[in-house]
Amino acid sequence: MLSYALKRLLGAVPTLFFIITAAFFLMRVAPGGPFDQERTLEPSVMANLNATFGLDEPLHVQYWMYLKNLAQGDMGPSFVYRDFKVHELLGSGLPVSIQLGLSALVLAFVVGAMLGCIAALRQNSWVDYLVISVATFGITVPNFVVAPVLALIFAIWLNLLPAGGWENWSLQHMLLPVVTLALPQVAVIARLIRGAMIEALRSDHVRTARAYGLPTRRIVVYHALRAASLPAVTYLGPAAAALLTGSIVVEQIFGIPGIGRYFVQGALNRDYTLVMGTVIIVAVFVVLFNLLVDLAYAALDPRVRYD
Amino acid sequence: MTDQTALSLDQEAPARPSRSLWATAFMRLKRNALAMISLAVLVLYVIAGIIGPEVTNHHYAEVYPEFVKVPASLEGYPRADEIPDLAESALARARLDLGQITVDGDTIRVEASSSREIDPRVTRYLDRSDLFSNSRIAETSADGTSVVMESDVERLHFYFGTDANGRDLLARTLISVRVSLMIGALATGVALIIGVLYGATAGFIGGRVDNLMMRIVDVLYSLPFIFFVILLVVFFGRNVVLMFIAVGAVEWLDMARIVRGQTLSLKNREFVQAAEALGVRSSGILKRHIIPNTLGPVIIYMTLLIPKVILLESFLSFLGLGVQEPLTSLGVLISEGAKNMRGDAYMLFFPAATLTLLLFALNFLGDGLRDALDPKDR
Repeated sequence: MLSYALKRLLGAVPTLFFIITAAFFLMRVAPGGPFDQERTLEPSVMANLNATFGLDEPLHVQYWMYLKNLAQGDMGPSFVYRDFKVHELLGSGLPVSIQLGLSALVLAFVVGAMLGCIAALRQNSWVDYLVISVATFGITVPNFVVAPVLALIFAIWLNLLPAGGWENWSLQHMLLPVVTLALPQVAVIARLIRGAMIEALRSDHVRTARAYGLPTRRIVVYHALRAASLPAVTYLGPAAAALLTGSIVVEQIFGIPGIGRYFVQGALNRDYTLVMGTVIIVAVFVVLFNLLVDLAYAALDPRVRYD
Repeated sequence: MTDQTALSLDQEAPARPSRSLWATAFMRLKRNALAMISLAVLVLYVIAGIIGPEVTNHHYAEVYPEFVKVPASLEGYPRADEIPDLAESALARARLDLGQITVDGDTIRVEASSSREIDPRVTRYLDRSDLFSNSRIAETSADGTSVVMESDVERLHFYFGTDANGRDLLARTLISVRVSLMIGALATGVALIIGVLYGATAGFIGGRVDNLMMRIVDVLYSLPFIFFVILLVVFFGRNVVLMFIAVGAVEWLDMARIVRGQTLSLKNREFVQAAEALGVRSSGILKRHIIPNTLGPVIIYMTLLIPKVILLESFLSFLGLGVQEPLTSLGVLISEGAKNMRGDAYMLFFPAATLTLLLFALNFLGDGLRDALDPKDR
């Protein structure tokens, strides 16, 4: 298993390399530059700026320099947030985004699995229909509608929670954004688990467990859920990468200092190094979570073996 | 063939004429109440999007500086108790001493006096405001230094209220519906054309070409959506074109996979072999035999793609990357509503409700169509 994981990580290096190369050249080909302003700068000033940031070199030299620095863990200076290095900017935002995303992920999986199990056990009852309706609602209503509505109700009308802002591990500040982020994932997971659970409850090993006279709760949690969570785990891979790398909308609405804002701002400002940093982070998370999903598969399903 | 003849001889002839796939599908759809309600709602949306912006009493970009952030109301503005103040401010530059201002239904009487003789053209100060029209001098005193003016009050209706710039929210919501539906239809069309052509080509040629083409799809599939958005924002800036390309670039992948799978199973069927034997060229077979036969699943996927596209457009517009002023979109309106929700919750409510209802209707109709067209999937 360990050697499999290492092999997969090594296999991801060319993919990452391809993404970095593609993003680097695509961005440089794009019109506009990081120092474009409403008032055009003096040519000499512009030349000096370009020289300072190494933008006057030929493109392949810049690319080589970037790769060399990156190999040493240096993502270069931000072009727009002066005096900040890209890894400082991302390093300060990433823990916040991860904290937010991880909480949402755990909440989504726990609540989603619970709702899915309950709906599957009471198939075609009113509980089932209620869960399905809630799931449809959660999938359909976009988070940029849910977030302001939640803030309006709980922060402004009821005055129970802060409408925005962030303190590390402060439950009050985390509650609304985490719920907003988790809601659509709860819906999808509940639906996936419900479907798989209905199948699993009909399977032979569950019938055997029933024949042994095990209590229903134990059958569901230990025997059926293990098989029934496979589709949800597959779904969680890409979903987790998206959640942990920051939800732009939720961070914007609740004023959370994560990395979400750098995605759009960096691209609009042509902040080459910052955009590269965000792209690399997203790519690394996607690779990592796809690997984790495959490993989780092996742990959940004894028929899957990696050698 | 012989088996079938034997069977039909044994059985009675069917009493009803056979129904086509589409007729059966529509029958099943009609039984699905939720889907039919959604269809009706969608028809209303389409009508609202096409003729709504033309029949509202306000243009979506017209600014009413007197009525910034007035709440939604069925009553007309200005309210009776606000009229005297508004008349005073309209006459502020006329340099008159204003006496009593009385409001009587839809007319207003203003008493005014001055140290010098008053020019009767002074009423134009009132007419110049959007709120008053048909101003006239009702009475003039003998020496001409004091007059009584009468004017009709224009009642403006803002059924959804106005936004932070004093623009009618109803008109802006209606134009947003038009933008959303248009982008939904166009971007879905783009994704449809790329996906169907790409998938059919890959599936039909097969072999190494198919392998390569589907690997490309896999690579694109693994890239997160936000990655596309970043690159496209870098390329196109804030632009409507960006949205078509971003949305099209992401959403054709599923379509290509579905069509390729269908094509793979279709291309070995007898009717394709017959066409080949008759010497029909590959492009002709694709056009006449393969693509029409993939339409069922494609239509199902398409109806579920439209709400996704509308959602993406609103998402990009919410971030300020999509539709630009003065044109607007539901995403922009929701974003503005979220900024102003403290105290003016109606600015969030109407666009959010409009978008949510539209998405629900599209999703329910899509689900209904899937059940109707693909009964084995139920």
